[in-house]
Order: sequence, then structure tokens, then C-alpha cells
Amino acid sequence: MSSSLPSRSRFPGIVVPSDKVAYGIQDRPASDPSRDLGEPGEYPFTRGPYKTMYRGKVWTMRMFSGFGTAADTNKRFLYLLEHGQTGLSTAFDMPTLMGYDSDHARSRGEVGREGVAVCTLENMETLFRGIPLKEVSTSMTINSTAMIMLAFYIATAEKQGVAAEHLRGTIQNDILKEYIAQKEWIFPPLPSMRIITDMMSFCADHVPKWNSISVSGYHIREAGSTSLQELAFTLMDGFTYVEFGVKAGIPVDKFAPRLSFFFNSHMNFFEEIAKFRAARRIWARRLKDRYGAQNPESWRLRFHTQTAGCSLTAQQPENNIVRTAVEALAGVLGGTQSLHTNSMDEALALPTEEAVKVALRTQQILAHESGLTDRVDPLAGAHFIESLTDRMETECEKIFAEIERRGGMVAAIEQGYPQLEIAKASYQFQKDVEERRYINVGVNDFVEKDEKPVPTLKIDPRVERDQLEEVRRYKQGRDGTSVRLALEAIGKAAHDGTNLMPPLLDGVKKGVTLGEVVETLKVQFGEWREPPIYW
Amino acid sequence: MKQASQRKYRVIVAKPGLDGHDRGAKIVAAALRDAGFEVIYTGLHQTCEMVVNAALQEDADAVCVSILSGAHMTLFPEILELMKQKKMNDVLLCGGGIIPPDDAEELYKLGVGRLFGPGTDTRDIIKYLQDEIPRRRPR
Repeated sequence: MSSSLPSRSRFPGIVVPSDKVAYGIQDRPASDPSRDLGEPGEYPFTRGPYKTMYRGKVWTMRMFSGFGTAADTNKRFLYLLEHGQTGLSTAFDMPTLMGYDSDHARSRGEVGREGVAVCTLENMETLFRGIPLKEVSTSMTINSTAMIMLAFYIATAEKQGVAAEHLRGTIQNDILKEYIAQKEWIFPPLPSMRIITDMMSFCADHVPKWNSISVSGYHIREAGSTSLQELAFTLMDGFTYVEFGVKAGIPVDKFAPRLSFFFNSHMNFFEEIAKFRAARRIWARRLKDRYGAQNPESWRLRFHTQTAGCSLTAQQPENNIVRTAVEALAGVLGGTQSLHTNSMDEALALPTEEAVKVALRTQQILAHESGLTDRVDPLAGAHFIESLTDRMETECEKIFAEIERRGGMVAAIEQGYPQLEIAKASYQFQKDVEERRYINVGVNDFVEKDEKPVPTLKIDPRVERDQLEEVRRYKQGRDGTSVRLALEAIGKAAHDGTNLMPPLLDGVKKGVTLGEVVETLKVQFGEWREPPIYW
Repeated sequence: MKQASQRKYRVIVAKPGLDGHDRGAKIVAAALRDAGFEVIYTGLHQTCEMVVNAALQEDADAVCVSILSGAHMTLFPEILELMKQKKMNDVLLCGGGIIPPDDAEELYKLGVGRLFGPGTDTRDIIKYLQDEIPRRRPR
């Protein structure tokens, strides 16, 4: 590193050498625009997945929400739709994510806290009351129990008179990143992968407009990875789903078009933009060259972006509005298809309605006042951006090679490799903040003493009581014999290796609950224990 | 600093409940380790009984609990109650996560120690434990 450079805040994990002040044509000797960039909407999609991008259609403004009972979240959904939001995104509570009914002992204190509690078909029906499922697109952030939520959703739509083939939306269903980062797992990796291939296959046949996996880097980044690790681990997860799908006998062009992605947008502006552009190019190239996909839809990587929750500070929370705006801008310049902007109070609690509104307005300002939507990929050709994009790709290839050397992503997870890399990166970042190599405004510089507390959302304890009562009443109202038979059919499919979706869909209509399905599957599949992570 | 003959401060870093957010817990565990503490990290998804039993078996000086799932008003009192039942009166219970100030205040009144939020410098946690442990467990 040159000592003549002025000192500056160093962003940890940055992929470019810090000794270069300005970039020029000489920094990209091997570049070939027709090969590496192409036109927007064309292979390798570096410049965007679609030809006209936001001029044709502004990104979907999709705010992730969920808390309390299904009725509480239903109210927030209706509020957001009324204020111009164009898609729904559901956060579930911990027991729902982990496969416990609200009345289970392990659910105590967690019901409706960090998301909405949905453990019965009736809960799902309440969640979408008054919302026409034929018209909205819905995203559901759930993984270990994704299959059960999808069954609840399809059954709810049927009751509204909407056939599965009309449903549009995304279910996260990305179990690999659970082992890597978010840590809401139930079964070991291989049975989990089997569940996912069952879903991919079922969706390809019956729910063709549904994105059956949202391959997610978001949580990997929130767990403390660098942008490069986020990109490499996420794409590798995506390739792994492709390989398992192909191995299960589904033609790649039948399911790959329904894989979508979900990335984090953090504070290092240009690096984030390069990450998004590189993601599209790497995906397109591998799908075409390695997996032999012929359908351009299989090559076209589409993604949702959420601004970085972990970049928000509890100190001087109003500053978070600005952080979120910068991160949202990077997402848009990177060509995102949908966007969630975080609320300023999220380092303190779940967001208040007011804070959510400011976050949504941030997107609306970007979309309508800034001229951002007029031109496609306006940064293309900028030496720094293209150089960073190239660098992201070459560095990713190195990480892919390491994972392949370890026997693929499932084996790497079993060895604790991505988990350890992320833990090391996050500890390094913490040290960089504490030793002030990275300036975090309001935290390690520009600190204010005696900050005024901001109002935060409170979850009423009645939520847990109401939900418990509802679930108990629901369970009492069912026909015990048909519930038992339905669970036996699910257990049998798990054991025999036939597709789990049909007996599950049948079961939820007969009243089987989330927890009952999970208990049944645990008998067949066992439970995952994470290898200890030391460094 | 402590004499070489004395054992190091021993702390449990615990993740009770269903919460999977372990970034903070692992950072704190690593920082305490680097500061010379003996650290036992429980891993994820522990019950309150598992946490308290681990503390008892390891004869821990402090139990540091991380909760970002909003379940703190259930889990902290439960752990505290179990610690009382096991007569662990000289063991510090403290922690961190996303815990609004009003809740932290209420937990403090019940006997929970300091709760550290986002943006905390790990050196503040280390200092707190170095001050608080000998106050409760004079050597």
C-alpha cells in the first residue's frame, strides 16, 4: 500500500486493492464489452435482466412485515397496500420458522414476536383475509418449514377460488444459507435438500409462476460476511440447488427459471453495485456452460434486495434513513427487481408504522424524483465499476474452487467451512470498528452523549394468549382420525421417497398443523446439530 | 491482572430460545477469549434449563445471554429463577441483543445485570465483567 495516500475509512473485506486512487482503461486489459457486458436483457445479463428495466416497470416495492397474530399482520398488509406498496412480504415468528406450534413449550415468549405466528391453515386464511391472491404477489421468508407454508398458502388460495397455477410469489426455501448463516434449521442437510427438490418438482408442474427458491445472500451478509463471501456462497448455493434438481431428474430448464435471488445492499456503494452485476454474469455463464441450460430464462438472474440491517445503528437512529437511502440506491443501480428498505428504528426493535412509512417513501423518492429509472445500467463502462465487477467474478471463482475441493457446498457446510469464514470476517469487522479503521458515524466517531430515546413498537402480551387460544380451539375442532391418517400418509411419503407435497396439501386441508408435520418428519429425517466453530 | 495461580474467569455465552442470530454471541465469545477469559459457548437453540445446567456444571462466574428474537422478557426471568433455585446467587447474569431500554430497566430491577445493545465496544463488556465478577465472587 502506498504511504502517500491520504488516510481514509477502510471498509473491511473490500475486494479491490486500496492503493489505487483512480481507475482507467489500463486497469481492464482483458475486457471485451461484447463478451462481458452485452446488451441489457441479453446474455450474460451484466447490464440487467431486462431490456428496458425500470423504464418498462419500476422495481417492486416490497416491505417485509409480520408481527403478532395473523390478524395484526393482515392489518399491516392492508395498510401497506393502501399506501402504494405493490407486493407483500411475510415475516414469520421463530416458532413458525422452527416448526413448533404456538402452544408448544418451546414457543413460550416467542409467539408473534419477530414475525407472525402461522401454525394452522386457519392462521394463513386470516393473514390474507381481504387480499385477492390472484392479484398480489407474495413473498414468504421461511425455510425449514417452507413446504408447510406453501401448502397452507395454496389451500388458502383454493378457498378464495384461485387455482395454484395463478399464484405469483416467492418462498425463500433456501436451506443451505440456514446452515451457513441464519441458523433456523430442523433436519440435516440431505433430507432438507430432498424436501426442496420435491418442492421444485411440484411447483414446476402445478405452481408455474411461483419462485420455488429465493437463494439468499442477505443473511450471510448480516451474519458478518464480506460482499465477496456473500456473492460466492450464495451463487454456490444456487448451483447446488441446480445440481440436486438435475440429479432428481427435473430438466434444468424446467426449474432454473423459477430460482430467484435475494441480496444484501450494504454501505460500500460501488462494491455493492459491482456485486449485483457480477452475480448476473456468473450465474448466466455457469448455467449455460456447465449445466447446459438452453432457455435464456434459466440464465437470467433476478433478485430482490434488502438494505443492510446490520449497517443500522442504535445510536442516532435518524441517521439510518440516510444509510438506507444510499444502500437502496446501490440496489437500484445494480438492477434489482424488488426492494425492501429498512426502517430507522430496527437496531432497537421491530419498526413502528411511522418508521416503515419513511422507509417506503425513500423508495418512492428514488423511483419518482431522481431520474434513476430513465436509463438502464447507467454506470456501465465506468472503469472502476467494470474493474470491480470483473474482480468479483475472478475472486468468486477461487471460492467456488475451494468449496468444490471440499466436496461441494453440503460437504463444506458439514465441515463448517462457510460458517467459520463468516465468523472470522465478522470478528475482523468488529475489531476494525473498535480500533477505528472503519468509521461508523455515531458509534465510534461523532458520538453524542445522552441521546433521546425514540418510540419503539411494543408487542402486546395478549398476542401470545390470543394465538394460543385460537390454536387450541382449532385443534379441538378437527376430526382426529382424518388428522392421524393424513400424518401417516406424510410420514409414509417421507419414508418411501415419493413427493411430499401432495400428502401435505391434503393434510393441511384436513387440519394437520405445522408442528405435527414437523414432528412426523423428524422421525424419518432426524435433526441437525451444528459442528462447533472455532478459530 | 489476576495472579497466575488463580483460575481465569469462566463465562458461559448462551443462546437460549429459538433465535438463530449468533453473530454477536460469537463476537463476544471471541473477544472474551482473546481478553483471557475461559469461554464456554453453548451453541444455538438452548432451553433455559440447558443454559443454567451448563453454568452450574462449569462453575461459571457469569452467564452472558444473547437474545435478538424479542423473547427476552420471558427468557431472562426464567433463567434468573432457575439460577435462584440452584442457589447460584454469586453468579452474574448479563447479556445483550435487541432489547429496548424500558425492558432492560425492568430486567435490571429483577436482578439481571447489564444488557449490551448494537454498537457496543467489546472492551466495555470485558471491563464490566472484570469489575462485576469479583464484586459478586470475591476471591
